[in-house]
Amino acid sequence: MGLEIMDDVRKDFVRNMLSEGDREDGRGFREYREISLKRDIINKAEGSACVKLGDTEVLVGVKLEIGSPFPDSPTEGVLITNAELVPLASPEFESGPPNEKSIQLARVVDRGIRGSGVIDVEKLCIEEGEKVWLLFLDIHVLDNNGNLVDAAALGAIAALQNIRVPNERYGLTGEETLQVHDTPVDVTMVEIDGTIVVDPTCNEENAATNRLTVISNADGSLSGLQKTGSDGMKEETIVEMVGLGIEKAGEIREKFLKVPS
Amino acid sequence: MKKEGEIEFIKDGKRVDGRSFDELRNIKIDVGVLKRADGSCYFELGNNKVLAAVYGPREMHPRHAQDAKMAVVKFRYNMAPFSVDDRKRPGPDRRSVEISKVSREALDPVILREYYPKAAIEVYVEILQSDAGTRTAGINAASVALADAGVPMRDLVSSVAVGKVGGEVVLDLNAVEDNYGEADMPIAMIARRNTITALQMDGNLTKDEFEKGLKLAMKACQQIYELQRTALIGRYDKDESANFKDRST
Repeated sequence: MGLEIMDDVRKDFVRNMLSEGDREDGRGFREYREISLKRDIINKAEGSACVKLGDTEVLVGVKLEIGSPFPDSPTEGVLITNAELVPLASPEFESGPPNEKSIQLARVVDRGIRGSGVIDVEKLCIEEGEKVWLLFLDIHVLDNNGNLVDAAALGAIAALQNIRVPNERYGLTGEETLQVHDTPVDVTMVEIDGTIVVDPTCNEENAATNRLTVISNADGSLSGLQKTGSDGMKEETIVEMVGLGIEKAGEIREKFLKVPS
Repeated sequence: MKKEGEIEFIKDGKRVDGRSFDELRNIKIDVGVLKRADGSCYFELGNNKVLAAVYGPREMHPRHAQDAKMAVVKFRYNMAPFSVDDRKRPGPDRRSVEISKVSREALDPVILREYYPKAAIEVYVEILQSDAGTRTAGINAASVALADAGVPMRDLVSSVAVGKVGGEVVLDLNAVEDNYGEADMPIAMIARRNTITALQMDGNLTKDEFEKGLKLAMKACQQIYELQRTALIGRYDKDESANFKDRST
C-alpha cells in the first residue's frame, strides 16, 4: 500500500519535467533510447535476437516444430506468438499463467507480423492437410524499463530474419532459410498532459493516460494499431502519432533491419 | 476455401450484402432485458446478438485488487460456444482477454469511478451470435447497460469498426468482409466530445486510408450514439409503473 504514494510522486516528477521541456533521462520528446540488437544468440533456437532499448531488455526465440494445420487452412503453416513477463524482469511481474498484459504484448507483436505478411505461411506447408511447420515465437522479457512492445517487435522480426529450418531433425529436405517479406516496426508513444513522447520509460508509461502503438511496413503503410490506457484521445493527436510512428519506424528499419540484398 | 481476391467485394458500388460503403448494418437495442442485473442491454448489429449486464458498484473482491481512490471496472467479454461456426471452447482465450482489456479501457473514461473508491463495477458481455464486429457491439451494449444500471457517467461510449475490402474503405464489416478483407479497425468514442477511447487495427492500410477510415468511423459513432440515447429514453418513457420495479429481489 505504501508504494502507491511513490507512484504518485514519480508521476508528478515525470509530468513536471515534461512541462519544463525535459525527460527523466534527458532525451528529446521524439527520441528513442539507444537501441542494440544482437542476433543468433541462442544456438538451440532456430532463430533468436536480443534487443536492448535503453535499460529494457527483451529476448526473442523462435522454435520450429512439425504439427497439423488448422482444418480451414490445410496448406498453411502456423505462427504462434507468446510472451512471458517473468518475475525476474520487474518487481511488478508475478509468476503464473499469462495475464492481460502479456497476452496483449504477444498479440500486438503478432498483429504486426500477420498484417504485413512477413512470412509466407504457404511455404511452411510440408504435406497438405497433414504436416506443416508450427512456428513458435516466444518473447522473453528480461528487464522491464518501459516500452516492451517496440523491443519485442524488433526482436521478433530480427529473429525471423535468420531462421534455420531444422529439416534434418525431422528427416526432411527443403529450404534451409525462411524468407522474410517485410519489416514491420512497432513504434509506441504516450500522451502525457497533451505532450507526445516516443519510447516511454516505465515512469512515463505510468504517468501517461494513453499509449498508442503504430506498426508500419517498409512501404510506409500501416499493419497494426493498438491504443491502451483509460483515457480518450483527440483525432488530431492520433493522426499526428500515426505520422510520427511511420517516420520513426523508417529510422529504426534503416538502421537494424536492412537485409543485404 | 475461398481466398482473398476470389470474392467480388464491391459490385456496382455496393457491398456483398448490398450496403453502400458508409452504411451500418441494422441495429436493435433493448434496454433492461435482464431482471437480476443492475443494468442490462440487448444489442443486435446485423447478425450479431450481444447481451450486456452490469453489476455494482459493489464491494471489490479480492480486496487486494481494490483501488483506494476509485472504483475498478471489471469487464468480461465471453463468447457462447454456439455463437460461431466451429464450436468455441468455453472459457477465456487470449483473444477474449485482450478484447476485455480494450473494452474496459474504452469505457473507463466515461465512468465516474472516483465516486466509488474500493468498489467494483462489473460488466459482463455475452456474445450469443457472432458475425464480425462483436467487440464493438459489446462496447455499445455495455455502455447502455451501465447507464441502465444508474452508474454515474460523463457520457455514453459508441463503437464501430471500419475496414478495407476490395480496395475500398468501408464501414462496419460483416463476417465475409472481416475474414477475407484487407484490414479491420475497430474504434470506440465519446461521440459528443469527439474523443476516441479505443483504437485497434489489423491488416494493411495506407496512412490516407487510415485517416479516411477514422473519419468514417467517427461519423458512424454519432449515428450509434443517437440510437443508444433513443433506446435509453424509450425505456423510461413507456410505462411509468414498470420503470421503477423493485430490483432488490
